[in-house]
Amino acid sequence: MPAACTRALASPHRRLLKVTANERLGAYSVLRVGDPDGPLPAPGQFAMLAAAEGWGGGEEGRPYLARAFSVARVRDGEAHYLLEDVGPGTRGLCALAPGDGVLALGPLGRGFSLPQEERRALLVGGGVGIAPLAILQDALTQTGSASTVLLGFRDAAHAVGARLLSGAILATDDGSVGHAGLVTELLAAELERDGHAVVYACGPAPMLEAVRALCAARVTPAELALEAGMACGFGACYGCVVPARDGRYLRVCVDGPVIDAGELDHVDAHAGAPT
Amino acid sequence: MSVEFCGMTLAHPVINGSGTFDAIAARGAFGEALEREFPFAAFVSKTITLQARVGNPPPRLWEVPAGLINSIGLPNRGLEGYLAEDLPALSGWLPVPLITNVMGSSAAEISQLLRACDAREEIAAIELNVSCPNVHTGLDIGADPRQLEAVLSEVRGDTHKPLIVKLTPNTADVGACARAAQEGGADAVSLINTLRAMALVPRRAELRRVAGHQLEERVAEGSDSRERQAATVNPSGRWLGGGTGGLSGAAIRTVALAQVAAAVASVEIPVIGMGGVQCEAHAQDLLDVGAKLVAVGTESFRDPLVGGRIARELTAGPA
Repeated sequence: MPAACTRALASPHRRLLKVTANERLGAYSVLRVGDPDGPLPAPGQFAMLAAAEGWGGGEEGRPYLARAFSVARVRDGEAHYLLEDVGPGTRGLCALAPGDGVLALGPLGRGFSLPQEERRALLVGGGVGIAPLAILQDALTQTGSASTVLLGFRDAAHAVGARLLSGAILATDDGSVGHAGLVTELLAAELERDGHAVVYACGPAPMLEAVRALCAARVTPAELALEAGMACGFGACYGCVVPARDGRYLRVCVDGPVIDAGELDHVDAHAGAPT
Repeated sequence: MSVEFCGMTLAHPVINGSGTFDAIAARGAFGEALEREFPFAAFVSKTITLQARVGNPPPRLWEVPAGLINSIGLPNRGLEGYLAEDLPALSGWLPVPLITNVMGSSAAEISQLLRACDAREEIAAIELNVSCPNVHTGLDIGADPRQLEAVLSEVRGDTHKPLIVKLTPNTADVGACARAAQEGGADAVSLINTLRAMALVPRRAELRRVAGHQLEERVAEGSDSRERQAATVNPSGRWLGGGTGGLSGAAIRTVALAQVAAAVASVEIPVIGMGGVQCEAHAQDLLDVGAKLVAVGTESFRDPLVGGRIARELTAGPA
Protein backbone atom coordinates (compact mmCIF):
# COMPACT_ATOMS: atom_id res chain seq x y z
CA MET A 1 0.00 0.00 0.00
CA PRO A 2 1.12 3.57 -0.53
CA ALA A 3 2.89 5.35 2.28
CA ALA A 4 1.16 7.98 4.37
CA CYS A 5 -0.09 10.99 2.44
CA THR A 6 2.19 13.93 2.22
CA ARG A 7 1.51 17.60 2.60
CA ALA A 8 3.40 20.82 3.07
CA LEU A 9 1.89 23.49 5.31
CA ALA A 10 0.73 26.74 3.74
CA SER A 11 1.13 30.17 5.18
CA PRO A 12 -2.29 31.53 6.19
CA HIS A 13 -1.32 34.67 4.27
CA ARG A 14 -2.70 35.04 0.78
CA ARG A 15 0.50 35.92 -1.05
CA LEU A 16 0.82 38.42 -3.91
CA LEU A 17 2.99 36.78 -6.58
CA LYS A 18 3.98 37.81 -10.10
CA VAL A 19 3.22 35.98 -13.32
CA THR A 20 6.50 35.13 -15.05
CA ALA A 21 5.02 33.48 -18.15
CA ASN A 22 1.69 32.36 -19.57
CA GLU A 23 2.21 30.11 -22.57
CA ARG A 24 -0.18 28.23 -24.81
CA LEU A 25 0.04 24.45 -24.78
CA GLY A 26 -2.48 23.28 -27.37
CA ALA A 27 -5.94 23.88 -25.94
CA TYR A 28 -4.42 24.77 -22.57
CA SER A 29 -2.27 27.47 -21.00
CA VAL A 30 0.62 26.95 -18.65
CA LEU A 31 0.65 29.78 -16.11
CA ARG A 32 4.01 30.23 -14.44
CA VAL A 33 4.15 32.17 -11.19
CA GLY A 34 7.32 33.30 -9.47
CA ASP A 35 7.37 31.89 -5.95
CA PRO A 36 11.01 31.48 -4.90
CA ASP A 37 10.28 31.73 -1.17
CA GLY A 38 7.04 29.78 -0.98
CA PRO A 39 6.65 26.40 0.71
CA LEU A 40 7.55 23.53 -1.61
CA PRO A 41 4.31 21.71 -2.49
CA ALA A 42 4.03 17.96 -2.29
CA PRO A 43 2.89 16.35 -5.56
CA GLY A 44 -0.92 16.48 -5.64
CA GLN A 45 -1.27 19.59 -3.49
CA PHE A 46 -3.08 22.61 -4.87
CA ALA A 47 -3.32 26.37 -4.51
CA MET A 48 -6.24 28.80 -4.53
CA LEU A 49 -5.50 31.38 -7.23
CA ALA A 50 -7.09 34.70 -8.10
CA ALA A 51 -5.90 37.52 -10.32
CA ALA A 52 -4.83 40.46 -8.17
CA GLU A 53 -6.82 42.88 -10.35
CA GLY A 54 -10.38 42.60 -11.65
CA TRP A 55 -11.40 39.74 -9.40
CA GLY A 56 -13.99 39.63 -6.66
CA GLY A 57 -16.37 42.41 -7.52
CA GLY A 58 -15.86 43.73 -11.02
CA GLU A 59 -18.71 44.85 -13.23
CA GLU A 60 -19.87 41.31 -13.81
CA GLY A 61 -19.37 40.36 -10.18
CA ARG A 62 -17.70 37.12 -11.23
CA PRO A 63 -15.28 35.58 -10.67
CA TYR A 64 -15.83 36.19 -6.98
CA LEU A 65 -14.09 33.30 -5.27
CA ALA A 66 -10.54 32.11 -5.90
CA ARG A 67 -10.16 28.94 -7.97
CA ALA A 68 -8.35 25.74 -6.99
CA PHE A 69 -5.54 24.46 -9.22
CA SER A 70 -3.19 21.55 -8.76
CA VAL A 71 0.44 22.53 -8.82
CA ALA A 72 1.69 21.03 -12.09
CA ARG A 73 5.39 21.60 -11.55
CA VAL A 74 7.86 23.55 -9.43
CA ARG A 75 11.05 24.52 -11.21
CA ASP A 76 13.58 27.34 -10.85
CA GLY A 77 11.54 29.20 -8.24
CA GLU A 78 8.38 29.09 -10.32
CA ALA A 79 5.16 27.19 -9.78
CA HIS A 80 3.42 26.00 -12.94
CA TYR A 81 -0.35 25.64 -13.30
CA LEU A 82 -2.24 24.07 -16.20
CA LEU A 83 -5.32 26.08 -17.20
CA GLU A 84 -8.19 25.57 -19.60
CA ASP A 85 -10.48 28.50 -20.34
CA VAL A 86 -13.90 27.16 -19.40
CA GLY A 87 -15.43 29.85 -17.20
CA PRO A 88 -14.93 33.34 -15.81
CA GLY A 89 -12.25 32.27 -13.32
CA THR A 90 -10.09 30.30 -15.70
CA ARG A 91 -10.65 32.97 -18.36
CA GLY A 92 -9.31 35.65 -16.03
CA LEU A 93 -6.22 33.61 -15.22
CA CYS A 94 -5.63 32.62 -18.87
CA ALA A 95 -5.59 36.33 -19.74
CA LEU A 96 -2.77 37.18 -17.33
CA ALA A 97 0.52 38.42 -18.75
CA PRO A 98 4.05 38.43 -17.33
CA GLY A 99 4.27 41.00 -14.53
CA ASP A 100 0.59 40.71 -13.56
CA GLY A 101 -0.21 39.90 -9.94
CA VAL A 102 -1.68 36.65 -8.67
CA LEU A 103 -3.06 36.13 -5.17
CA ALA A 104 -2.16 32.62 -4.07
CA LEU A 105 -3.02 30.61 -0.98
CA GLY A 106 -1.23 27.33 -0.69
CA PRO A 107 0.03 24.67 -0.95
CA LEU A 108 -3.14 23.07 0.37
CA GLY A 109 -4.54 19.60 0.83
CA ARG A 110 -3.03 16.12 0.92
CA GLY A 111 -0.80 14.98 -1.90
CA PHE A 112 0.16 11.63 -3.40
CA SER A 113 2.25 9.13 -1.50
CA LEU A 114 5.15 7.48 -3.28
CA PRO A 115 5.02 3.78 -4.27
CA GLN A 116 6.00 1.03 -1.88
CA GLU A 117 6.66 -2.70 -2.19
CA GLU A 118 8.52 -1.97 -5.44
CA ARG A 119 5.26 -1.51 -7.25
CA ARG A 120 5.58 0.32 -10.53
CA ALA A 121 3.77 3.64 -10.76
CA LEU A 122 1.01 3.92 -13.34
CA LEU A 123 0.00 7.54 -13.88
CA VAL A 124 -3.40 7.95 -15.50
CA GLY A 125 -4.66 11.38 -16.50
CA GLY A 126 -7.53 12.89 -18.43
CA GLY A 127 -7.79 16.39 -19.86
CA VAL A 128 -6.65 19.23 -17.63
CA GLY A 129 -6.44 16.65 -14.84
CA ILE A 130 -2.99 15.63 -16.03
CA ALA A 131 -1.53 18.59 -14.08
CA PRO A 132 -0.68 16.94 -10.74
CA LEU A 133 0.75 13.91 -12.53
CA ALA A 134 3.55 16.08 -13.97
CA ILE A 135 4.92 17.08 -10.55
CA LEU A 136 4.42 13.49 -9.41
CA GLN A 137 6.45 12.23 -12.36
CA ASP A 138 9.18 14.72 -11.45
CA ALA A 139 9.24 13.39 -7.89
CA LEU A 140 9.31 9.77 -9.04
CA THR A 141 12.17 10.53 -11.43
CA GLN A 142 14.11 12.16 -8.61
CA THR A 143 13.77 9.04 -6.49
CA GLY A 144 14.84 6.86 -9.41
CA SER A 145 11.41 5.23 -9.80
CA ALA A 146 10.16 4.40 -13.26
CA SER A 147 6.64 5.41 -14.15
CA THR A 148 4.28 4.57 -16.97
CA VAL A 149 2.13 7.48 -18.07
CA LEU A 150 -1.26 7.03 -19.76
CA LEU A 151 -3.12 10.18 -20.78
CA GLY A 152 -6.47 10.71 -22.44
CA PHE A 153 -7.77 13.77 -24.27
CA ARG A 154 -10.78 14.61 -26.37
CA ASP A 155 -8.81 15.57 -29.53
CA ALA A 156 -5.41 16.47 -30.95
CA ALA A 157 -5.51 20.10 -29.74
CA HIS A 158 -5.96 18.96 -26.17
CA ALA A 159 -3.48 16.11 -26.55
CA VAL A 160 -0.72 18.71 -26.97
CA GLY A 161 -1.03 19.05 -23.20
CA ALA A 162 0.71 15.68 -22.87
CA ARG A 163 4.01 17.52 -23.41
CA LEU A 164 3.75 18.50 -19.74
CA LEU A 165 4.91 14.96 -18.95
CA SER A 166 7.52 12.78 -20.63
CA GLY A 167 6.98 9.47 -22.38
CA ALA A 168 3.18 9.48 -22.21
CA ILE A 169 1.08 6.90 -24.04
CA LEU A 170 -1.96 8.68 -25.45
CA ALA A 171 -5.60 8.05 -26.14
CA THR A 172 -8.05 10.46 -27.76
CA ASP A 173 -11.81 10.32 -27.99
CA ASP A 174 -11.75 11.14 -31.71
CA GLY A 175 -8.78 8.90 -32.50
CA SER A 176 -6.72 11.76 -33.91
CA VAL A 177 -3.74 10.91 -31.68
CA GLY A 178 -2.78 7.58 -30.13
CA HIS A 179 -5.33 4.98 -29.13
CA ALA A 180 -8.83 5.77 -30.36
CA GLY A 181 -10.86 5.42 -27.22
CA LEU A 182 -10.60 5.81 -23.48
CA VAL A 183 -7.44 6.07 -21.43
CA THR A 184 -8.94 3.53 -19.06
CA GLU A 185 -8.75 0.95 -21.86
CA LEU A 186 -5.00 1.55 -21.91
CA LEU A 187 -4.96 1.15 -18.12
CA ALA A 188 -6.80 -2.16 -18.30
CA ALA A 189 -4.23 -3.47 -20.78
CA GLU A 190 -1.32 -2.30 -18.59
CA LEU A 191 -2.75 -3.93 -15.49
CA GLU A 192 -3.28 -7.11 -17.48
CA ARG A 193 0.34 -7.03 -18.57
CA ASP A 194 1.78 -6.38 -15.09
CA GLY A 195 -0.58 -5.93 -12.17
CA HIS A 196 2.11 -5.27 -9.51
CA ALA A 197 1.47 -1.56 -9.70
CA VAL A 198 0.10 1.44 -7.87
CA VAL A 199 -2.18 3.71 -9.86
CA TYR A 200 -2.21 7.50 -9.54
CA ALA A 201 -5.06 9.13 -11.40
CA CYS A 202 -6.55 12.56 -11.99
CA GLY A 203 -9.20 13.58 -14.50
CA PRO A 204 -12.93 13.91 -15.00
CA ALA A 205 -15.21 12.03 -12.60
CA PRO A 206 -16.30 9.32 -15.09
CA MET A 207 -12.65 8.53 -15.84
CA LEU A 208 -11.78 8.36 -12.14
CA GLU A 209 -14.77 6.12 -11.51
CA ALA A 210 -13.60 3.75 -14.25
CA VAL A 211 -10.07 3.75 -12.75
CA ARG A 212 -11.49 3.10 -9.29
CA ALA A 213 -13.60 0.19 -10.51
CA LEU A 214 -10.73 -1.36 -12.49
CA CYS A 215 -8.33 -1.14 -9.57
CA ALA A 216 -10.91 -2.38 -7.05
CA ALA A 217 -11.61 -5.44 -9.20
CA ARG A 218 -7.89 -6.26 -9.34
CA VAL A 219 -7.08 -5.21 -5.78
CA THR A 220 -4.57 -2.74 -7.15
CA PRO A 221 -3.87 0.21 -4.84
CA ALA A 222 -4.93 3.52 -6.35
CA GLU A 223 -4.83 7.14 -5.34
CA LEU A 224 -7.29 9.49 -7.01
CA ALA A 225 -6.79 13.25 -7.16
CA LEU A 226 -10.35 14.59 -7.08
CA GLU A 227 -11.67 17.91 -8.14
CA ALA A 228 -14.64 19.79 -6.74
CA GLY A 229 -15.90 23.32 -6.80
CA MET A 230 -14.66 24.84 -3.55
CA ALA A 231 -15.01 28.24 -1.96
CA CYS A 232 -12.03 28.31 0.40
CA GLY A 233 -9.53 25.44 0.00
CA PHE A 234 -8.78 25.07 3.72
CA GLY A 235 -11.73 23.28 5.23
CA ALA A 236 -13.93 26.23 6.15
CA CYS A 237 -16.84 26.10 3.74
CA TYR A 238 -17.68 22.36 3.60
CA GLY A 239 -18.74 22.89 -0.01
CA CYS A 240 -16.39 20.50 -1.83
CA VAL A 241 -17.58 17.18 -0.44
CA VAL A 242 -17.63 13.73 -2.02
CA PRO A 243 -19.41 10.74 -0.51
CA ALA A 244 -17.15 8.21 1.22
CA ARG A 245 -17.71 4.48 1.56
CA ASP A 246 -18.76 4.80 5.21
CA GLY A 247 -21.62 7.20 4.45
CA ARG A 248 -19.80 10.34 5.53
CA TYR A 249 -18.73 13.09 3.19
CA LEU A 250 -15.04 13.85 2.68
CA ARG A 251 -13.89 17.41 2.07
CA VAL A 252 -11.80 17.36 -1.09
CA CYS A 253 -9.74 20.32 0.16
CA VAL A 254 -8.51 18.89 3.49
CA ASP A 255 -9.26 15.15 3.29
CA GLY A 256 -7.99 15.22 -0.33
CA PRO A 257 -7.60 16.19 -3.06
CA VAL A 258 -5.69 12.89 -3.22
CA ILE A 259 -7.90 10.20 -1.73
CA ASP A 260 -7.21 6.48 -1.47
CA ALA A 261 -9.61 4.83 -3.92
CA GLY A 262 -10.53 2.31 -1.24
CA GLU A 263 -12.25 5.06 0.74
CA LEU A 264 -14.78 5.62 -2.05
CA ASP A 265 -17.72 3.51 -3.17
CA HIS A 266 -17.83 5.44 -6.39
CA VAL A 267 -16.56 8.75 -7.75
CA ASP A 268 -19.59 10.95 -7.86
CA ALA A 269 -20.22 13.06 -10.93
CA HIS A 270 -21.28 15.88 -8.60
CA ALA A 271 -17.66 16.47 -7.64
CA GLY A 272 -17.34 19.03 -10.42
CA ALA A 273 -19.65 21.71 -9.10
CA PRO A 274 -18.79 24.94 -10.85
CA THR A 275 -17.66 27.93 -8.87
CA MET B 1 -9.35 48.78 20.73
CA SER B 2 -10.44 46.06 23.12
CA VAL B 3 -14.17 45.58 23.44
CA GLU B 4 -16.27 44.52 26.40
CA PHE B 5 -18.91 42.12 25.13
CA CYS B 6 -21.27 40.13 27.37
CA GLY B 7 -18.68 40.00 30.14
CA MET B 8 -15.85 39.02 27.80
CA THR B 9 -12.94 41.30 26.99
CA LEU B 10 -12.17 40.91 23.30
CA ALA B 11 -8.96 42.24 21.71
CA HIS B 12 -10.90 43.89 18.90
CA PRO B 13 -14.45 43.91 17.47
CA VAL B 14 -14.01 41.39 14.63
CA ILE B 15 -15.16 37.77 14.93
CA ASN B 16 -16.19 35.11 12.39
CA GLY B 17 -19.66 34.19 11.27
CA SER B 18 -20.66 30.68 12.33
CA GLY B 19 -19.90 28.08 9.67
CA THR B 20 -17.42 30.21 7.77
CA PHE B 21 -14.18 29.23 9.51
CA ASP B 22 -13.15 25.82 10.80
CA ALA B 23 -10.36 26.51 13.27
CA ILE B 24 -9.42 22.83 13.52
CA ALA B 25 -9.14 22.34 9.75
CA ALA B 26 -7.34 25.67 9.35
CA ARG B 27 -4.83 24.66 12.05
CA GLY B 28 -4.18 21.53 9.99
CA ALA B 29 -3.60 23.52 6.81
CA PHE B 30 -1.58 26.40 8.24
CA GLY B 31 0.03 24.99 11.39
CA GLU B 32 1.18 27.16 14.28
CA ALA B 33 1.19 30.28 12.10
CA LEU B 34 -2.58 30.32 12.55
CA GLU B 35 -2.22 30.64 16.34
CA ARG B 36 0.15 33.59 16.02
CA GLU B 37 -2.09 35.39 13.55
CA PHE B 38 -5.53 34.19 14.53
CA PRO B 39 -7.77 36.60 12.62
CA PHE B 40 -10.70 36.83 15.03
CA ALA B 41 -11.19 38.20 18.56
CA ALA B 42 -13.46 35.25 19.37
CA PHE B 43 -14.02 32.03 17.46
CA VAL B 44 -17.60 31.00 16.67
CA SER B 45 -18.01 27.29 15.96
CA LYS B 46 -20.11 25.90 13.17
CA THR B 47 -23.61 24.91 14.22
CA ILE B 48 -23.77 21.92 16.55
CA THR B 49 -26.94 19.84 16.69
CA LEU B 50 -28.01 17.16 19.14
CA GLN B 51 -27.52 14.35 16.63
CA ALA B 52 -24.64 14.12 14.15
CA ARG B 53 -25.46 15.28 10.62
CA VAL B 54 -23.62 14.41 7.40
CA GLY B 55 -24.97 17.48 5.63
CA ASN B 56 -26.65 17.92 2.27
CA PRO B 57 -25.76 15.95 -0.86
CA PRO B 58 -23.52 17.85 -3.28
CA PRO B 59 -23.44 20.10 -5.21
CA ARG B 60 -23.35 22.48 -2.25
CA LEU B 61 -22.04 25.67 -3.83
CA TRP B 62 -23.02 28.08 -6.55
CA GLU B 63 -21.13 31.27 -7.29
CA VAL B 64 -23.27 34.30 -8.18
CA PRO B 65 -22.30 37.89 -9.00
CA ALA B 66 -20.41 39.12 -5.93
CA GLY B 67 -21.61 36.27 -3.80
CA LEU B 68 -22.11 32.62 -3.07
CA ILE B 69 -25.11 30.38 -2.50
CA ASN B 70 -24.34 27.52 -0.15
CA SER B 71 -26.40 24.52 0.75
CA ILE B 72 -24.14 22.76 3.22
CA GLY B 73 -26.78 21.36 5.55
CA LEU B 74 -25.00 21.89 8.88
CA PRO B 75 -22.72 18.82 8.91
CA ASN B 76 -21.38 18.24 12.41
CA ARG B 77 -20.41 15.45 14.79
CA GLY B 78 -23.42 16.06 17.00
CA LEU B 79 -23.29 17.34 20.56
CA GLU B 80 -21.56 14.28 21.97
CA GLY B 81 -18.90 14.27 19.25
CA TYR B 82 -18.35 18.00 19.56
CA LEU B 83 -17.78 17.78 23.31
CA ALA B 84 -15.61 14.67 23.06
CA GLU B 85 -13.55 15.51 19.96
CA ASP B 86 -13.80 19.14 18.82
CA LEU B 87 -13.37 20.80 22.23
CA PRO B 88 -10.16 18.85 22.99
CA ALA B 89 -8.90 19.58 19.46
CA LEU B 90 -9.29 23.32 20.15
CA SER B 91 -8.06 23.42 23.70
CA GLY B 92 -4.50 24.40 24.44
CA TRP B 93 -3.96 26.46 21.30
CA LEU B 94 -7.08 28.50 20.45
CA PRO B 95 -5.90 31.97 21.45
CA VAL B 96 -9.35 33.58 21.74
CA PRO B 97 -12.64 32.85 23.54
CA LEU B 98 -14.81 30.11 22.03
CA ILE B 99 -18.44 30.80 21.19
CA THR B 100 -20.32 27.58 20.47
CA ASN B 101 -23.19 27.82 18.01
CA VAL B 102 -26.05 25.36 18.58
CA MET B 103 -29.37 24.61 16.91
CA GLY B 104 -32.38 22.59 18.00
CA SER B 105 -35.81 21.98 16.57
CA SER B 106 -37.70 22.28 19.84
CA ALA B 107 -37.31 23.94 23.23
CA ALA B 108 -36.48 20.53 24.71
CA GLU B 109 -33.63 19.97 22.23
CA ILE B 110 -32.27 23.46 22.70
CA SER B 111 -32.46 23.02 26.44
CA GLN B 112 -30.34 19.89 26.25
CA LEU B 113 -27.75 21.64 24.06
CA LEU B 114 -27.53 24.65 26.35
CA ARG B 115 -27.17 22.57 29.51
CA ALA B 116 -24.38 20.48 27.99
CA CYS B 117 -22.49 23.58 26.82
CA ASP B 118 -23.04 25.30 30.16
CA ALA B 119 -21.11 22.53 31.86
CA ARG B 120 -17.96 23.06 29.76
CA GLU B 121 -15.57 25.75 30.85
CA GLU B 122 -13.87 25.84 27.43
CA ILE B 123 -17.02 27.51 26.09
CA ALA B 124 -17.18 31.24 26.79
CA ALA B 125 -20.58 31.95 25.27
CA ILE B 126 -23.33 30.23 23.30
CA GLU B 127 -24.86 31.38 20.05
CA LEU B 128 -28.27 29.94 19.23
CA ASN B 129 -29.08 29.42 15.55
CA VAL B 130 -32.85 29.91 15.27
CA SER B 131 -33.00 29.37 11.49
CA CYS B 132 -34.45 25.95 12.15
CA PRO B 133 -37.98 24.70 11.61
CA ASN B 134 -39.83 24.02 14.85
CA VAL B 135 -40.82 20.34 14.85
CA HIS B 136 -44.15 21.30 16.37
CA THR B 137 -45.15 24.22 14.14
CA GLY B 138 -43.02 23.76 10.99
CA LEU B 139 -42.11 27.44 11.11
CA ASP B 140 -38.53 28.60 11.52
CA ILE B 141 -38.20 29.26 15.24
CA GLY B 142 -36.59 32.63 14.60
CA ALA B 143 -38.98 33.79 11.88
CA ASP B 144 -41.92 34.51 14.16
CA PRO B 145 -41.41 36.87 17.13
CA ARG B 146 -43.98 35.23 19.42
CA GLN B 147 -42.60 31.76 18.83
CA LEU B 148 -39.02 32.97 19.29
CA GLU B 149 -39.77 34.68 22.59
CA ALA B 150 -41.69 31.66 23.87
CA VAL B 151 -38.91 29.21 23.06
CA LEU B 152 -36.20 31.45 24.52
CA SER B 153 -38.16 32.02 27.72
CA GLU B 154 -38.36 28.28 28.14
CA VAL B 155 -34.62 27.63 27.70
CA ARG B 156 -32.98 30.78 29.06
CA GLY B 157 -32.57 29.28 32.51
CA ASP B 158 -30.52 26.37 31.14
CA THR B 159 -27.27 28.31 30.91
CA HIS B 160 -25.48 30.97 32.89
CA LYS B 161 -23.22 31.68 29.95
CA PRO B 162 -23.88 34.64 27.66
CA LEU B 163 -26.57 33.67 25.14
CA ILE B 164 -26.43 35.22 21.68
CA VAL B 165 -29.37 34.67 19.32
CA LYS B 166 -28.42 34.43 15.64
CA LEU B 167 -31.43 35.93 13.88
CA THR B 168 -32.69 34.88 10.48
CA PRO B 169 -33.11 37.54 7.78
CA ASN B 170 -35.87 35.47 6.16
CA THR B 171 -38.64 37.09 8.16
CA ALA B 172 -41.12 39.91 7.80
CA ASP B 173 -39.86 42.12 10.63
CA VAL B 174 -36.33 41.53 11.86
CA GLY B 175 -36.64 44.34 14.40
CA ALA B 176 -39.58 42.57 16.04
CA CYS B 177 -37.58 39.34 16.11
CA ALA B 178 -34.62 41.09 17.73
CA ARG B 179 -36.99 42.56 20.33
CA ALA B 180 -38.48 39.11 20.94
CA ALA B 181 -35.00 37.66 21.47
CA GLN B 182 -34.28 40.36 24.05
CA GLU B 183 -37.60 39.77 25.82
CA GLY B 184 -36.89 36.05 25.82
CA GLY B 185 -33.66 36.65 27.69
CA ALA B 186 -30.95 36.88 25.02
CA ASP B 187 -27.78 38.72 26.06
CA ALA B 188 -27.07 39.74 22.45
CA VAL B 189 -28.34 39.19 18.93
CA SER B 190 -26.31 38.51 15.78
CA LEU B 191 -27.40 39.03 12.20
CA ILE B 192 -27.72 38.49 9.34
CA ASN B 193 -27.72 34.81 8.50
CA THR B 194 -27.79 33.93 4.79
CA LEU B 195 -30.73 34.90 2.59
CA ARG B 196 -32.70 31.98 1.16
CA ALA B 197 -31.75 31.54 -2.49
CA MET B 198 -31.80 29.04 -5.33
CA ALA B 199 -29.96 28.24 -8.57
CA LEU B 200 -31.00 26.08 -11.50
CA VAL B 201 -28.85 23.69 -13.48
CA PRO B 202 -27.39 25.82 -16.27
CA ARG B 203 -29.17 25.61 -19.60
CA ARG B 204 -27.29 24.61 -22.71
CA ALA B 205 -26.44 28.11 -23.86
CA GLU B 206 -25.13 29.01 -20.43
CA LEU B 207 -23.05 25.93 -19.82
CA ARG B 208 -19.89 27.05 -21.50
CA ARG B 209 -20.15 30.51 -19.98
CA VAL B 210 -20.80 29.61 -16.37
CA ALA B 211 -19.85 26.00 -15.72
CA GLY B 212 -16.65 24.75 -14.20
CA HIS B 213 -14.63 22.60 -16.52
CA GLN B 214 -15.52 19.30 -14.96
CA LEU B 215 -19.17 19.89 -15.68
CA GLU B 216 -18.10 20.91 -19.16
CA GLU B 217 -16.11 17.71 -19.61
CA ARG B 218 -18.87 15.64 -18.13
CA VAL B 219 -21.28 17.10 -20.62
CA ALA B 220 -18.82 16.84 -23.51
CA GLU B 221 -17.99 13.22 -22.80
CA GLY B 222 -21.41 11.69 -22.91
CA SER B 223 -23.25 10.72 -26.05
CA ASP B 224 -26.44 12.10 -24.58
CA SER B 225 -27.62 15.60 -25.25
CA ARG B 226 -26.38 18.29 -22.90
CA GLU B 227 -29.89 18.84 -21.66
CA ARG B 228 -30.19 15.22 -20.70
CA GLN B 229 -26.77 15.27 -19.03
CA ALA B 230 -27.71 18.38 -17.11
CA ALA B 231 -30.98 16.81 -16.06
CA THR B 232 -29.16 13.78 -14.64
CA VAL B 233 -27.22 16.11 -12.34
CA ASN B 234 -30.47 16.92 -10.63
CA PRO B 235 -33.75 15.85 -12.10
CA SER B 236 -35.64 18.70 -10.47
CA GLY B 237 -33.53 21.20 -12.39
CA ARG B 238 -32.24 22.70 -9.16
CA TRP B 239 -28.46 22.89 -9.01
CA LEU B 240 -27.96 22.55 -5.26
CA GLY B 241 -28.30 19.09 -3.75
CA GLY B 242 -30.32 20.62 -0.94
CA GLY B 243 -32.72 22.31 -3.37
CA THR B 244 -32.32 25.79 -1.91
CA GLY B 245 -29.45 27.42 -0.08
CA GLY B 246 -28.34 30.64 1.54
CA LEU B 247 -26.87 33.64 -0.22
CA SER B 248 -23.83 35.34 1.32
CA GLY B 249 -20.98 37.60 0.30
CA ALA B 250 -20.78 41.15 -0.99
CA ALA B 251 -24.15 40.71 -2.69
CA ILE B 252 -25.99 40.89 0.67
CA ARG B 253 -24.07 43.76 2.28
CA THR B 254 -26.67 46.47 1.90
CA VAL B 255 -29.44 44.15 3.10
CA ALA B 256 -27.33 43.37 6.15
CA LEU B 257 -26.75 47.04 6.89
CA ALA B 258 -30.49 47.75 6.83
CA GLN B 259 -31.34 44.75 9.01
CA VAL B 260 -28.58 45.46 11.54
CA ALA B 261 -29.77 49.06 11.79
CA ALA B 262 -33.34 47.83 12.34
CA ALA B 263 -32.20 45.44 15.08
CA VAL B 264 -30.12 48.11 16.82
CA ALA B 265 -33.15 50.41 16.83
CA SER B 266 -35.28 47.71 18.44
CA VAL B 267 -33.15 46.48 21.35
CA GLU B 268 -30.92 47.61 24.19
CA ILE B 269 -28.73 44.47 24.17
CA PRO B 270 -25.59 44.45 21.99
CA VAL B 271 -25.82 43.53 18.32
CA ILE B 272 -23.26 41.60 16.25
CA GLY B 273 -23.50 42.77 12.66
CA MET B 274 -22.48 40.74 9.64
CA GLY B 275 -23.18 40.27 5.97
CA GLY B 276 -20.85 40.87 3.05
CA VAL B 277 -18.05 42.53 5.01
CA GLN B 278 -14.92 42.58 2.85
CA CYS B 279 -12.86 45.44 4.26
CA GLU B 280 -12.53 47.96 7.07
CA ALA B 281 -15.03 50.39 5.51
CA HIS B 282 -17.76 47.75 5.43
CA ALA B 283 -17.07 46.83 9.06
CA GLN B 284 -17.12 50.49 10.02
CA ASP B 285 -20.53 50.90 8.34
CA LEU B 286 -21.97 48.21 10.63
CA LEU B 287 -20.33 49.79 13.70
CA ASP B 288 -21.67 53.18 12.63
CA VAL B 289 -25.26 51.92 12.64
CA GLY B 290 -24.72 50.63 16.15
CA ALA B 291 -23.26 47.12 15.99
CA LYS B 292 -21.00 46.28 18.92
CA LEU B 293 -19.06 43.57 17.07
CA VAL B 294 -18.69 42.74 13.41
CA ALA B 295 -18.41 39.27 11.93
CA VAL B 296 -16.67 38.27 8.72
CA GLY B 297 -17.92 35.26 6.79
CA THR B 298 -17.60 34.57 3.08
CA GLU B 299 -14.64 36.93 2.70
CA SER B 300 -12.60 34.58 4.90
CA PHE B 301 -13.04 31.95 2.18
CA ARG B 302 -11.14 34.27 -0.15
CA ASP B 303 -8.56 35.37 2.41
CA PRO B 304 -8.28 33.46 5.70
CA LEU B 305 -6.58 36.37 7.51
CA VAL B 306 -8.91 39.13 6.34
CA GLY B 307 -10.54 39.41 9.79
CA GLY B 308 -7.23 40.36 11.36
CA ARG B 309 -6.50 42.90 8.65
CA ILE B 310 -9.90 44.55 9.13
CA ALA B 311 -9.31 44.67 12.88
CA ARG B 312 -5.91 46.34 12.44
CA GLU B 313 -7.37 48.88 10.04
CA LEU B 314 -10.25 49.65 12.40
CA THR B 315 -7.77 50.16 15.23
CA ALA B 316 -5.63 52.46 13.12
CA GLY B 317 -8.66 54.67 12.46
CA PRO B 318 -9.46 56.65 9.32
CA ALA B 319 -6.48 57.28 7.05
